[in-house]
Amino acid sequence: MAEPPGLEHVEHTAHDAGSGLPNPMHQFEIERIIPLKIFGFDASFTNSALFMVIAATLITLFTLYAMRNRSLVPSRLQSVAEVSYEFVANMVRDNVGTDGMKFFPFVFTLFMFVLTLNMLGMVPYSFTVTSHIIVTFALAAFIFIGVTLIGFWKHGVKFLKFFVPDGVPFVMLPLLVVIEVISYLTRPLSLSVRLFANMMAGHTMLKVFGAFVVALGFLGGWAALGFMVAFTGLEILVAFLQAYVFAILTCIYLNDALHMHH
Amino acid sequence: MDPSAAKLIGAGLASIALVGAGVGIGTIFGNYLQGALRNPSAAPGQFANLLLGFALAEATGLFGLVVALIILFVF
Repeated sequence: MAEPPGLEHVEHTAHDAGSGLPNPMHQFEIERIIPLKIFGFDASFTNSALFMVIAATLITLFTLYAMRNRSLVPSRLQSVAEVSYEFVANMVRDNVGTDGMKFFPFVFTLFMFVLTLNMLGMVPYSFTVTSHIIVTFALAAFIFIGVTLIGFWKHGVKFLKFFVPDGVPFVMLPLLVVIEVISYLTRPLSLSVRLFANMMAGHTMLKVFGAFVVALGFLGGWAALGFMVAFTGLEILVAFLQAYVFAILTCIYLNDALHMHH
Repeated sequence: MDPSAAKLIGAGLASIALVGAGVGIGTIFGNYLQGALRNPSAAPGQFANLLLGFALAEATGLFGLVVALIILFVF
């Protein structure tokens, strides 16, 4: 994407005024590791793809290694795997019900994938895949389309009644149906923007405040450094929380499609 | 006015959306604490709802931040 000349000007002045502060947006840049063109499309293996592969490998290795000698009294690693399993299983049971457990593998995969990507992003000098809206939007759009298809597959045309609220005066219906449809259609948008914006804003904030610590120097920087450590802890909490929210909203959408109660 | 100055002002104005997120998050945690102190035994059961409400409220503020970033980096 070509940058307009005005932006470059703004960035340069900000850069000069801040006495050489690093650009906080640099961490989100996508680099081609293995350039690849397929039918004219740029399908290069990027650092984003690399971290997705790392995340998928880590999850697979972790679950396989933790459960390699299953015992009734679990070892430490096995209990970590069991806790994560039970955590997501309870989430699905509480929010979708027992008949929703057939979607458990999907929700578990989704939760572990997003959580691992978020946590990998907290490692210094790594890349946060979920800070790119196209990744989160692809996930959210897949969930949205899948949930809508499940709704129509389960209820047929009656699924359209989902958009008609109960106990509403007839005069109000045209307005409310439009609002319901719009709020349903914004679901993939809000789901993806929530994860993307939290990740991107958090990492930008860490970089900007980290530059302040350096700017304060050896004498003044120590107090600010403690502040940064606390902020990093907060970001780790947010990384977990957003993965949790992503999974629980998927469960809520699934519940809407399966049971249709408002 | 210089267009790039207008852009920076617009991005700053869009960040005001975070005020709403602050009010919302404060309301959610305040009300949760109030309810938890009145009935501590019911508090753990509502913890998931607390986190959900927190995330939903925070997201609205971050939409404003996204608008600010779009103004800064897309136009």
